[in-house]
Amino acid sequence: MIRKATLLTASALSLMAGLASADVRIASVAELSGAGAAAGAVWHDGIKMAVEEINAAGGILGEQIDLVEYDSQTDPQNSRAMVQKAIDEEAFVLMGTVYSSSTVVNMLVAMQNGVPQITGSESPTITAKGNPYIFRTAFGAQKGLPKLGSYIKDDLGASKVAVIWANTEFGKGGHDAFENVAASNGIEIVSDIPTEQAQVDFAADVAKLKSSGAEAVFAYMTEEESARFLIEAEKQGLGLPIVGDTVIASQKVIDLAGSAANGVSSHVGLTAEAPIPAIREMAAKFEAKYGYGADHNAIKGYLGAYTVKYVTEAVGSFDRQAFADKMHGLCLDAATHPGILMDACWDDTGELSRESFLVQVVDGKQQITKTLPAN
Amino acid sequence: MAEFIQILISGLSAGSIYALAAVGFTLLWQASQTINFAQGEFVMLPAFFVLALTVKLGLPLPLAIILAIFLSVLLLGAVFKKLVVEPMIQHGTLPLVIATIALGLLLKEGVKEFYSPLGQPFPSLFPQDVLSVFGAAVSIPDIANFVIAMGTIIGLQLFLARTRTGRCMQATAQNPDVAQILGVDIKKMVLYTFLINGALAAIASVLITPIYLAKFSNGEVLGLVAFIAAIVGGFNQIRGALVGGLLIGVIDNLSAGYVSAEYRQAVPMLLLIFVILVRPQGLLGTSEGRAV
Repeated sequence: MIRKATLLTASALSLMAGLASADVRIASVAELSGAGAAAGAVWHDGIKMAVEEINAAGGILGEQIDLVEYDSQTDPQNSRAMVQKAIDEEAFVLMGTVYSSSTVVNMLVAMQNGVPQITGSESPTITAKGNPYIFRTAFGAQKGLPKLGSYIKDDLGASKVAVIWANTEFGKGGHDAFENVAASNGIEIVSDIPTEQAQVDFAADVAKLKSSGAEAVFAYMTEEESARFLIEAEKQGLGLPIVGDTVIASQKVIDLAGSAANGVSSHVGLTAEAPIPAIREMAAKFEAKYGYGADHNAIKGYLGAYTVKYVTEAVGSFDRQAFADKMHGLCLDAATHPGILMDACWDDTGELSRESFLVQVVDGKQQITKTLPAN
Repeated sequence: MAEFIQILISGLSAGSIYALAAVGFTLLWQASQTINFAQGEFVMLPAFFVLALTVKLGLPLPLAIILAIFLSVLLLGAVFKKLVVEPMIQHGTLPLVIATIALGLLLKEGVKEFYSPLGQPFPSLFPQDVLSVFGAAVSIPDIANFVIAMGTIIGLQLFLARTRTGRCMQATAQNPDVAQILGVDIKKMVLYTFLINGALAAIASVLITPIYLAKFSNGEVLGLVAFIAAIVGGFNQIRGALVGGLLIGVIDNLSAGYVSAEYRQAVPMLLLIFVILVRPQGLLGTSEGRAV
């Protein structure tokens, strides 16, 4: 009797172990605390929501996704350790990080181990390093900013622009890309102000912008710093048009800056206000689930998780190398892959092409002013 | 010139808030030899009291601020003294310093865990209008922050100098044994000091947070700046902490404006090193004894 019970228990345990090992592990390595939490935590929530939907619909190739979170603490070296930990724990695909400063460091670990990595980072350097395992969920600044140049020159009529940017990998990428855009559009950069990650006091920076003689300000910082900058700009009555790329007009920045965000114009790759029913539906579900609005990071995380599903199913097995190979040159259309939300293509560097939008913040909401074609 | 005035006024505004926190450092040191390395977190926390009361309980902002100041006086003043300072001070200054470092970490991680790791918007207390002063645009919030912070410190000075309780507190700080012989209830005077520090931290919190956003990590910056301000000005003088706070605020902004944003945090540290080398008691401090 005892022997039978022991055998039954052992069989049950081995069956359970078999079931557990059948799950596919996806690692979300994100800025869940520290200066980047406003981006990373939202990205992670987007992934979680998508994973729950995917699991409810049967998972990937019949396997449930085991989503494991790793907090980079917005520290590049810690993010590297977390990526190594995720790989040691047999993650099939890595999701993250969002901050470029972390991604440029941790993607080397993923590359050495041949693990595909879906990132939310936007620094041009991410896809310029020849890493065959890195793939974006939003295009790099070098692709997004040229769309902004003609807006500054033609729509705003500004020929002198001041630039305020985060002195990080992300910020440097945007700054350098904007320098090229300004040069090609005949725009003079009259003031060039670097700021620090987690900077809290922007009084001196705004005072310098005011006296710079600029006709518009290009701001390229992360969420909380952008919000603090906008609050200070409103406080000092800066009185210049503020334009940026993606972050400055994101819902998170609008929530933090309040009325100070009104009037900001931005090019955005993804927005909950996009005139696309799938995105609006996703954003509504997100808000109902988490109690706050989905921004571009939430959408990036969401469609990133669905990208893993569609690509794996296209490959037909959980083969990391085949996954990476498949993604190069891949196009997914939203009609047959609804979780991708918008048609998207990846080139042989992992760079993304997709439609994008020009927006303006009006009464605390993004308003789409123009839809721009993929480039 | 307009840019310089603008930066100067912004620096004075920020510096006056740093001074509030720095005065708290000096008060606790004077009254009980307590170096409170959780002072930055003491300034961070009351903003979350306000948010909890307005966002979670739906109270109006003015009432929430009053309650937050009361809660700060109670928790960061009386409870802090009872649960942390009194048990640890018997073992000397160093264990108490370590205990306050641990308390700072606890408060920081507690807010991160139980409220949010994300920055939170905090309502501005004043209209966002701008005045023109010699061509410089000076914001109403900057002026209001400066006036309230300076008014609080001047009020505290008057309380200490002109009231019987204030003079008893000074006597307790200068020589507790003699004060006790003269009939001063020194335990009560020390308690008052802790309560005042709680109130100062709460006022600094509601003034600075609309600019910084409410975030669990705000104390890291504020604590360090206030500590440097107290050392630079003179750890044993309220007016020293006041001067130190204003000086750090102005130097920080001027260095961001005219030196480099990258090295703005280094400049106050250089000032600290310079003062320690040249005048270890601080700019207005005295080397012979303690006085509030």
